[in-house]
Amino acid sequence: HDNASIKGATLNTVTAAVACGGDVHVLVAGHNAGAAAQAASKIAGVAKVIHADAPGLEHGLAENVAAQVLAIASNYSHILFPATASGKNVAPRVAAKLDVAQISDITKVIAVDTFERPIYAGNAIATVQSQDAVKIITVRTTGFDAAAATGGSAQVETAAATADAGKSSFVGSEIAKSDRPELTAAKIIVSGGRALGSKEKFDEVMTPLADKLGAALGASRAAVDAGYAPNDWQVGQTGKIVAPQLYVAAGISGAIQHLAGMKDSKVIVAINKDPEAPIFSVADYGLEADLFTAVPELVKAL
Amino acid sequence: MKILVPVKRVVDKDIKVRVKSDGTGVDIANVKMSMNPFDEIAVEEAVRLKEKGAVTEVIAVSCGDAKCQETLRTAMAIGADRGILVESDAELQPLAIAKLLKALVDKEQPGLIFLGKQAIDSDDNQVGQMLAALTDLPQATFASKVEVADGKATVTREVDSGLETLSITLPAVVTADLRLNEPRYVTLPNIMKAKKKQLDTFKPEDLGVDVAPRLKTLKVSEPPKRGAGVKVADVAALFEKLKNEAKVI
Repeated sequence: HDNASIKGATLNTVTAAVACGGDVHVLVAGHNAGAAAQAASKIAGVAKVIHADAPGLEHGLAENVAAQVLAIASNYSHILFPATASGKNVAPRVAAKLDVAQISDITKVIAVDTFERPIYAGNAIATVQSQDAVKIITVRTTGFDAAAATGGSAQVETAAATADAGKSSFVGSEIAKSDRPELTAAKIIVSGGRALGSKEKFDEVMTPLADKLGAALGASRAAVDAGYAPNDWQVGQTGKIVAPQLYVAAGISGAIQHLAGMKDSKVIVAINKDPEAPIFSVADYGLEADLFTAVPELVKAL
Repeated sequence: MKILVPVKRVVDKDIKVRVKSDGTGVDIANVKMSMNPFDEIAVEEAVRLKEKGAVTEVIAVSCGDAKCQETLRTAMAIGADRGILVESDAELQPLAIAKLLKALVDKEQPGLIFLGKQAIDSDDNQVGQMLAALTDLPQATFASKVEVADGKATVTREVDSGLETLSITLPAVVTADLRLNEPRYVTLPNIMKAKKKQLDTFKPEDLGVDVAPRLKTLKVSEPPKRGAGVKVADVAALFEKLKNEAKVI
């Protein structure tokens, strides 16, 4: 959450939690986060919201949030986090303090102690069984449907906030402004690669297509490293994992690391000049063409 | 100040692994192995801090079988001063590795522990955070910029919505993201020099750590295959398919 509202990833995590069985409680740790706690209480499937509020929790510092989770951990058999930057930051800290293993990035709940998770950049799926009493899990949000954001009526309970560990502090942030749909939740994503050649060309060619489709913009690592797109647009093993209805890859060769982030998309379209590009091996529809002519033509057709 | 840099030997990033037909794992026999790319970035950053004079010694550590020595030699060729191998043929899971590293942190008392954000084989993204928890040190994960001064580190992190900057007191644990730096190529003279650098070997028992795995892998399978796609002749055909066949626009 961002103190005012609940992030979409929480909704998918609630679905995974419901699949583990038992009552689902949501911990909202933040500062002046009453609105977020209220929003959490309305999620369908949530039985209780625990709200901890303190200045030290405002920015989600791992040391403080982990301590807050540990303060209530003894009541639970499963503790789930979304596999977002903040979930991945905090969860292992909690697991180590409890002396249990963590199961990262699960895509399926097989049984209360057995889960599926992708390894090797998604080139293999491991089924793992936890031997620990408490299961600490991060949830790949694209592996689970989102729970309904309304319809629930959980009671909000206030918990005592743990003290600030005092070892870390928040200095500032640069949040990329965007009025487009959030990348990880978008139904359509148009993604550009190195072939675009420059930031100007990226904006000029890809933005109209995204506008026309109401899509989020994504990018390959090559495009991000070259400065054509900001790094929070990166799709892949080390960037965001997405699974939209439609993924349009323009000028992206399709390295293993990129495919890891998008190959669960429902329909994949590849536009590439190179007939040998690996992206064509996962594309439902491949168009062998120069993206500088094909993408504007597609915009026009739409 | 010393820096400890844990490095992992993994299947090379450009290799597409195959799942074994009996479902017990992926076939990594006779496959090219390399240093985990994120660890290379961590070693590079540690060496740069040393070159700037902020650090006196860079120690590379690897946990695994005897072949991890090669990975440590690579780290030393980049510029690490010495290496430590924790040798074990057992399957080492993140919690066990974090415990081994904690024992070494207690022993060496580094001012900074610099890891990669995740290993590209298990894709866990846990060890750095777990080590920070076990040693009770602050953490800065997914770092794209690190500055060290006056007993503190200022770290810019890559988060979902952009960038975030934290200040953490040293000693601390930092995990490297891709954009932290561009690791240097190792040169032949440095590879030769690295062969002469000190490399100590311990066993998990020497460090008093039980490395028994907590997660049991029941099976490893191929991801579902995508149905074969089609190539379309032109934009008009693509538009038609998307609209009428896939019905996504």
